[in-house]
Amino acid sequence: MVAIKVRKIQTSVEEVFHEGGPVAAKPLRQGSVVAVIENPYAGRYVEDILPMMEALKPLGLEMSQRLVAALGVAPGEIEGFGKGAIVGAAGELEHGALWHVPGGYAMRELLGDAKAIVPSTKKVGGPGTQIDIPVTHINASYVRSHFSALEVSAVDAPAANEIAVILVMTTGPRIHARVGGLKASEIKGEDGLR
Amino acid sequence: MTAKIRKLVVQVEETRSEMGKEVNPPVRKAAAIAVIENPFAGKYAEDLTTLMDIGEELGDLLGRRAVAALGIKPNEAESYGKAAIVGDAGELEHAAAILHPKLGKPLRVAVEKGAALVPSAKKRAGIGAPIDVPLGHKDAAFVRSHFDAMEVRVSDAPRSNEILVAVVVTDSGRPLPRVGGLQVSEIEGKDGLR
Repeated sequence: MVAIKVRKIQTSVEEVFHEGGPVAAKPLRQGSVVAVIENPYAGRYVEDILPMMEALKPLGLEMSQRLVAALGVAPGEIEGFGKGAIVGAAGELEHGALWHVPGGYAMRELLGDAKAIVPSTKKVGGPGTQIDIPVTHINASYVRSHFSALEVSAVDAPAANEIAVILVMTTGPRIHARVGGLKASEIKGEDGLR
Repeated sequence: MTAKIRKLVVQVEETRSEMGKEVNPPVRKAAAIAVIENPFAGKYAEDLTTLMDIGEELGDLLGRRAVAALGIKPNEAESYGKAAIVGDAGELEHAAAILHPKLGKPLRVAVEKGAALVPSAKKRAGIGAPIDVPLGHKDAAFVRSHFDAMEVRVSDAPRSNEILVAVVVTDSGRPLPRVGGLQVSEIEGKDGLR
C-alpha cells in the first residue's frame, strides 16, 4: 500500500450575495478543498500506479468532510460538485487521473446517492497554477442553472514532486441564473443526466 | 451595515509538513475577505468617513470570521495582518480609509488584545489580482518566528467599482522557524514591539 503524505490542506469558501442584480434571499455558498500530497511516482515512469488510487480514499473522505464543515451546511444541502488535480512538474498527467475514483467516492460517500458523474479537469503545473474546476448538479448533469466553475489555486503548490488534489461543492444555482434549460425541480433522477 | 457586500470568502491553510519534516501541531492561517462596492468609485470625494465606518464594520466581521474558521478561541490567535485592493475606478486613499482609522479596534477585540501594529498592504489593481497580506505577532511586532505573509486572491474581484478587503489571522508562526530573534516566550507585551 502506498502511504499518502500530506504537506498541507487548504479550504476556501465563498458566500455570494449578488453579482450586480437582486440580492439573493439565501446566499450561494461555494467552496474548495485542496490537499497537497507527495507524488510517489515523481521523476520516473512507473507502470503500475493503481495502488495509490485505493490509498487516496481516506484522504478524499477527510477532504469532503472538511469542505462540508467549512461551507457550514448539512451534506443534504450540497447541490453541485466537481473535482480536479494539478500534477507537479516531475509527474505525469496520468498521476492526476488517479484522483477520479477516490475523489468521486469521497463525495458520494458523504452526499448520499448522488447520481451524476462528477465533472473534472486536470493538468500538469507549477506552484500557484490556477485550475478551473467544473461544477454540475449532483443528481442530473443537464441542470443548466448549476453549470459553473470555481477557480482554485494553492500559492506554493504543487512542487515538482507533489500533486494537488481538489474537490469543489456548491449549495445552489449561479446567483442570477436565468438562461432556461432543465431546472433542478424537473430532475427525474434516473440516469444522472436529467 | 453600511458596506454593500457582494461576496465573502474565507480561506484556511493548514501546513502539516515542510521539507518532509512533520510540523506538529500544524501551522494554520485563515484569510477572511469581503468584496464590497466602492461608494466613491469614479469621483473625487474629500470626506472619506463612509469608508472609515466600513473599515470598522469589516474589522469586526472579518476578524470574527477568520477566528471562527480556525476553530480557536480569540486569545489563541497569534498573528494578524490586513490588506485592501481598490478596483481601478477608485483611489489608493480609499484603501487607506478602510484600513487605518477604525479597522484595528474591532479586529483586536476579535483576537483578544493585540498590542502590536496590524501590518498592512494596499494597492490599486484589476480583477483577480493577488495581494500578499503581511503578518506579525499580535502582541509584539519583533517576534521573528511570526514574520510572514499570506497571499490572497479572489478570481472575480475587485471589479472597477469594488474594493477587496482582507484580514488574516493565524494560530501560529512559520512552519519550523529557526532564525532566532525574539521568541514568543520572551514577549513582554507592553509596547506592542517586544
